[in-house]
Amino acid sequence: MRQTALAVGTLAGVSHLPAEETITLPFENGERRLVKFPQKRPLILLTQRPPQLETPFSVFREGVLTPNDAFFVRYHLQNIPRKIDVKTFRLEVKGLVKSPLALSLDELKTQFENTEVVAVNQCSGNSRGFFKPRVGGGQLAHGAMGNARWRGVRLKDVLNKAGLQEGAKQVVCNGLDTAPLPQTPDFIKALEVDHALDGEILLAWEMNGEPLPLLNGYPLRLVVPGYFGTYWIKHLNELTVVKDAFDGFFMAAGYRIPATPGGCIEPGTTPASTVPITQFTIRSFITSHETGAKVEKGRAIQLSGIAFDAGRGITDVTVSDDGGKTWRTAVLGKDHGRYSFRPWTFDWAPSQNGEVELKCRATNRLGETQPLEPLWNPAGYMRNVVETTRVSVG
Amino acid sequence: ASPAMSQDSGNIPDSEWPAETNVYKPGQGAELAQALCMNCHSTEYVSTQPPMPRKFWEATVKKMKDKYAAPLPEDMTVLVDYLTATYGVK
Ligand code: HEC
Repeated sequence: MRQTALAVGTLAGVSHLPAEETITLPFENGERRLVKFPQKRPLILLTQRPPQLETPFSVFREGVLTPNDAFFVRYHLQNIPRKIDVKTFRLEVKGLVKSPLALSLDELKTQFENTEVVAVNQCSGNSRGFFKPRVGGGQLAHGAMGNARWRGVRLKDVLNKAGLQEGAKQVVCNGLDTAPLPQTPDFIKALEVDHALDGEILLAWEMNGEPLPLLNGYPLRLVVPGYFGTYWIKHLNELTVVKDAFDGFFMAAGYRIPATPGGCIEPGTTPASTVPITQFTIRSFITSHETGAKVEKGRAIQLSGIAFDAGRGITDVTVSDDGGKTWRTAVLGKDHGRYSFRPWTFDWAPSQNGEVELKCRATNRLGETQPLEPLWNPAGYMRNVVETTRVSVG
Repeated sequence: ASPAMSQDSGNIPDSEWPAETNVYKPGQGAELAQALCMNCHSTEYVSTQPPMPRKFWEATVKKMKDKYAAPLPEDMTVLVDYLTATYGVK
């Protein structure tokens, strides 16, 4: 099936309300409303309760950092905190520690070295709507990702202040959101102790120079560079150090990929065994043009886009204007750090009339690159195939 | 500071949250879905799924009950029929 162009229209609303915009994502049943939530511009509504909002793809053209008011939102459980008193908010550090802590936001800001990282956050199921055969779950196009400058303190410093006891294996991370029924599993994730102490993970209160928007985890969230968003716990208020592997639903049953190289299996089959999803696979996108765009024959233009991986470092992006038969090298833009979107540009003069298939493909320092054919897994995670943008030249 | 961010993130007036308007589409079993499937999430969890066969909806309802502790009746035939007919493929 071919991708259809993104169509933006309006839904005939009740007359006294402002007309609501809609967008059609390029897969079956992809019609969505654009809805405005607090501190957000109208975003693609995946679900209303709990809120799941996707960033319209055109936003990635605005710059290498994703604006806070356009940054995607992903919750699992409907009781999300709507009123948070930052004066009484505490981050508890407990379990297998020498001295348990209960830190206010001010104490976090003043007792530990403040640091920043530019890092991509991406939902495990970003682009799930493009899986063939289709799979259940959040039907997202490519907008469940974003890149921001996060400011906070290192998880390592906080854990070292509490002091880990002998036998510590994992750090269990929980936030303020809960399920309406106590029997429904809470959304809790665990990090291996070695990872928690590697100095890369932040407890962040600021995003692009502003306090976190409520829907992105105010007042404090985990930033786990290179790892899928499932680990980036929002409204983080509890770190519990444990000696055994944590077996909560969202580690032991949810967010798992086939235990195969590349986490993929034959489409439509069931994996023999699974492991928790962890790090991003390498991806790249053309952002200057979307499918359906029109360009002039013979006129030089610039294509631009982004590439990212789990932090190995993007070394190369190539572009094809003939559906993948031939590839030429793009120019990499400013390096904002190894966890950031890496911008790229490519000078192009379309020479033939008709529809052209544009593709881009990134490679990193380890030589890892994107597959030309999509990989498949039953949960619809980690899509990273070379994407195609169809523009018409005329 | 951008205007969108100038308000206090920790204190957003209730009036700023969009009202939930979506309901389950009419059909035999719709009132059941409305009563049982709205307790933990809004309708788009169902309505945005791709057209899926009956066994997907059967497995989904079972997952809600077994994994997420949804209080659902023993016999879910009417519900599964409704979901398949309204949001799935036969
Ligand atoms: C007790 C709570 C609860 C009830 C009641 C409930 N669900 Fe769910 N449902 C969940 C949770 C939790 C998720 C996962 C949410 C997430 O990851 O965003 C979910 C997700 C889903 C999904 C998305 C696919 C998936 O597997 O994650 C579908 C479809 C769904 N529910 C359908 C239903 C239907 C149909 C009913 C009624 C028969 C229902 N739910 C009742 C808790 C519930």
